[in-house]
Amino acid sequence: MADDLVLENVTKRFGAVTAVDDLSVTVPQGSFFALLGASGCGKTTTLRMVAGLEELTSGTVRLGDKDITGLRPYRRPVNTVFQSYALFPHLNIEDNIAFGLRRRGIGDVAKKVADMLDLVQLPGFAKRRPAQLSGGQQQRIALARALVNEPRVLLLDEPLGALDLKLRRQMQIELKRIQTEVGITFLHVTHDQEEAMWMADTVAVMNDGRIEQLGAPTDIYEFPASPFVSNFLGQSNLFAADVSGTDGDDLLLTAHGERFAAPTTRARSTDGRVWLGVRPEKVRLAVPGEDTPATHNQVRGVLTDTCYAGVSTEYLLKTPWGQEMSVFSANAAAGEPLAPGTEVVAHWYPPHSFVLDRPTGEGDEIARYSADPLGVSP
Amino acid sequence: MTALAGAAAGAGLTATPPPPVPRRRRWIPYVLLLPGGLWLLLFFVVPSVQLAGTSLYDRSGSLELGYTQTFAVGNYVDAIAAYWPHLVRSAVYAGIATVICLVLGYPLAYAIAQKSGRWRNLMLVCVIAPFFTTFLVRTLAWKSILSDNGPLVGIFRAIPFVPDDFRLLATPAAVVCGLVYNFLPFMVLPLYASLERLDGRLLEAAGDLYAKPATAFRRVTLPLSMPGLIAGTLLTFIPAAGDYINAELLGTPNEYMIGNVIDSAFLVRLDYPQAAALSFLLMATILVLVFGYVRAAGPDEVV
Repeated sequence: MADDLVLENVTKRFGAVTAVDDLSVTVPQGSFFALLGASGCGKTTTLRMVAGLEELTSGTVRLGDKDITGLRPYRRPVNTVFQSYALFPHLNIEDNIAFGLRRRGIGDVAKKVADMLDLVQLPGFAKRRPAQLSGGQQQRIALARALVNEPRVLLLDEPLGALDLKLRRQMQIELKRIQTEVGITFLHVTHDQEEAMWMADTVAVMNDGRIEQLGAPTDIYEFPASPFVSNFLGQSNLFAADVSGTDGDDLLLTAHGERFAAPTTRARSTDGRVWLGVRPEKVRLAVPGEDTPATHNQVRGVLTDTCYAGVSTEYLLKTPWGQEMSVFSANAAAGEPLAPGTEVVAHWYPPHSFVLDRPTGEGDEIARYSADPLGVSP
Repeated sequence: MTALAGAAAGAGLTATPPPPVPRRRRWIPYVLLLPGGLWLLLFFVVPSVQLAGTSLYDRSGSLELGYTQTFAVGNYVDAIAAYWPHLVRSAVYAGIATVICLVLGYPLAYAIAQKSGRWRNLMLVCVIAPFFTTFLVRTLAWKSILSDNGPLVGIFRAIPFVPDDFRLLATPAAVVCGLVYNFLPFMVLPLYASLERLDGRLLEAAGDLYAKPATAFRRVTLPLSMPGLIAGTLLTFIPAAGDYINAELLGTPNEYMIGNVIDSAFLVRLDYPQAAALSFLLMATILVLVFGYVRAAGPDEVV
């Protein structure tokens, strides 16, 4: 579309460090687009390059047909909601929101400011100072100050990072509502995978200056492209496996002497060394003797940990080859959670599996790709 | 003396009321105020009252014969009539010196606060370094720098169209130069303190909101450094207006400021009532100017 934000081969180096590495991405007009990644992955640098606050080492940034790569920030039709809010402490709320309008000489400031205060649900705050507002209120004002300029793209740099959990949930819903209402392209940077999944139409998972996977939250979650993504967005159990053949539409795999099946359509690699993955909540537990569907993939094991978390119970079990596997079980049925030490059979429907490429060397000695490699997922 | 009075007045203007404290701790602020308060009472309030009395003595008396305490308001009228040019000159010289200090000091303070990186502390030391030498010696050094056979005048005289009798010493420019030099750190340090707190992200936000760098400076940097700017200009203007060393060493009687007149009235002419009256006139002039200035320039919090 006319107003897509396009980054082409964007690279940013700080001295010897490459923060953003040959990144190309198109943010469709009107979408809620999340850049998700751990701190230091280059997501904020990418955002700042779109805002014009950081110069590109190479590459181009286009907005619609226009190349904005070299434009100074004040000449770009984009606005930013800063992580620290960066409200002007010497101006009241009204003057803060009106700042951008006045710089461009746009009239009807009072009405626009009042409309914005209504939009962020803080009417009557016009004459207050930023210091008199709570964090959540300042966050809304920062949003209003950026939105009032009707930017072609709104950039949000971890805008909810400083808020407590409850307020963050509330603001996530609020942001989603506002985005739907104003229809402006939102480019949202976050390290919170739930936040990204919750709000964005499209999520780009960044790692080490590159985009590892881009797509709708459900697509990324259900069929991750790499071990990193499979464990950054939620958790995954990954087993080092080898493809041993096919059976109709299914791929047959061998891992640690056990046989598994997965649909070919759920495989990123169909021969040689692969990772067999499954999400913990897709796995069900049976005690020995209990019937399990014959077609299901099965792993025997002993429970090592049982963690009751209200809506679900999180089990950790040890496989015969010494790998730990997690299983989330919804607390829908009556009865006590299984106790640690219980022998169980973990089984799952083969189409819930996913198969990823496993380069030489990976997974040969690692018993299990850690469920939380960076310590970032909750 | 006058500088002290002015500074105290300035401090009073910028002080904010203490925040409310729990009832049982009410006495703590008073205890904290006590040492400084006592000091000011003994060495500022008492001498001021004494000086106010002196300024109203009958001038027909003398130091040997003693003075009679009267209510001779005429002393003030006489003092203004005789020395108003010196008062005006003091305000003008101090004003010019303050403006020059601001023009020199703001970029300097900005550079140290925002751009100096690891050189910051060294640069701050350089700003303060002149204080390691006494005021008098530094001013005497200027005397030789500006002197007729000094290097600076030689350079100027080498420029075509500059007359051969061009001189720097013993001119108003020399006095203002001396004032600027001696009081520049008083401008730079408060400015540095407020510019150092300036959050660079606010300037990024201003740029993001369509403010060009010059506009961002005018709308964000300048207002946020206003407390430092006001403190700096007051700390420069007030002592500069009462200074007499620079006029004494770098000027002639034609450049004498009110400080020189008070000095000679006290110590040479021994006209105590007039000297006291002049001191109060200086204090009043400074207070009026400073008050007007702070009202005009200050953000709401300062007044």
